[in-house]
Amino acid sequence: MQVSMKLSLRDAPGNLVAALSPISATGGNIKAVIHEHVPDAQGNVVVNVVVEIPPHQIQALKDAFAENGITIMLLGEERLVCQETVILIGHLIHNDLGDTIDRVDKTGFAEITHMTIAMPRIEISSSAQLVVQATGEAELAQAINILREVAQTKGFLMITPLEGAT
Amino acid sequence: MKSQVRIAVIGLGAVGRGVVTTLERMQREEDSPFIISAISDSKSALIAQDGIDVAAMLARKAENGMCGDPALHSKDIVKDAPYDILVEASPTDVLSAEPATEYIKTALSRGAHVVTSNKGPIALYYQELSALAREHAVSLRYEATVAGAIPILHVLEHDLTGNKIHALYGILNGTCNYILTRMSEEGLTYLQALEEARKLGYAEADPSADVKGTDAATKVVILANTIFGKSISLNDMSITGIDNITDDALRLAAGHDSTIRLIGEIIPEKNIYRVSPHILPKSHPLVVNGSLNAITIKTDLAGDLTFIGKGAGSLETTSAIISDIFYIVKHTR
Repeated sequence: MQVSMKLSLRDAPGNLVAALSPISATGGNIKAVIHEHVPDAQGNVVVNVVVEIPPHQIQALKDAFAENGITIMLLGEERLVCQETVILIGHLIHNDLGDTIDRVDKTGFAEITHMTIAMPRIEISSSAQLVVQATGEAELAQAINILREVAQTKGFLMITPLEGAT
Repeated sequence: MKSQVRIAVIGLGAVGRGVVTTLERMQREEDSPFIISAISDSKSALIAQDGIDVAAMLARKAENGMCGDPALHSKDIVKDAPYDILVEASPTDVLSAEPATEYIKTALSRGAHVVTSNKGPIALYYQELSALAREHAVSLRYEATVAGAIPILHVLEHDLTGNKIHALYGILNGTCNYILTRMSEEGLTYLQALEEARKLGYAEADPSADVKGTDAATKVVILANTIFGKSISLNDMSITGIDNITDDALRLAAGHDSTIRLIGEIIPEKNIYRVSPHILPKSHPLVVNGSLNAITIKTDLAGDLTFIGKGAGSLETTSAIISDIFYIVKHTR
């Protein structure tokens, strides 16, 4: 999962590197670092970092920061950071549309966050464009697979973006 | 190869006709080494050791529907006529691959080179046929079977030597591409676009091989087995066609500057061989319009390469066959 953190550390040479080193040590991957190099009255600077890290390692990272004398001013989870748009064609409404959406939403790591649906006539297939968002690349792939299975069971045609096309 | 190259042409449909007239023109204008020593159509055949008078033959065909002697058959030509290269363009059912496969085997066993435009024999029996060609030290060429005028097999086999091919994505069926283009651009329904494709001659009376993705999948099988050294058949592939795509779906995609195209995919590292519709940004190089074909190859050294061209048609297929004939002449001593 992706988390964003606001850290406060002493404005001294080498401190930034020291501050960031626990991230990789705990299995995290730094996605972004914003260093505001204007010390406050106490001589501390604020660093914003965005880290991709397994959820169970977050506590270890917090402990490592505390040991190094770094204060975490703010910690927020950036949840649904990856997204893909897919199209479903078929009798979507009459095959429990709520269930189709639920199957992704109830994973906890992915949600269908947007849907546009066209229903021309009752006997004609509906077409829907769904935006699937997830907490990471692997989770997104998993959510798409779940949707693919649902589509197969319910006889929908699912059209996905071409992998590696962009 | 000796100075004079004798060519027998099986089949005088749009493709065979394109080949004989092109060879005849080349001989007349460029003093080429080719002579057409035998020709057959579905009702008759003709043999002439010193070369057939193509204009007279075509005039005869226009008059009575036969190119030569009704007592002679294509199989007689393949078995007994004098030739160095057999151009095999017979009307052949893609599922049974006959009679083309039998003709190709006979010619190779005689020690003659073969150029074919028929997909069936290559998709179904490539390993057997290429082994037979090796055994008799002759060439079997089939550039016309995939993406018409685009020389994709030659590019993959020769021009990208040393590159690792990570993936191949292709629009390999012009009929499907025409239908999806018209649905996208004009808001036609699938059935309206199919009807239009039929009227223009892009779609057969029974369009199922095209619209259900089988034709594109056959080309994926040919590429996988001949270039990527696999041994797959249509049964090993995931194939989804375009016949359930709605005009609404194309409108929804257009709202995001995207469209839908039928794509054949080969990703050897992931063992993916499939044909299915995909969403692509309209700016993607594979998004070509009308009945065009397009192929993108992802390689380690050359990066991404995209080829666009006409996938079918008499002259486009003739282009592929003639280039195969020249390849054989250049590479045979």
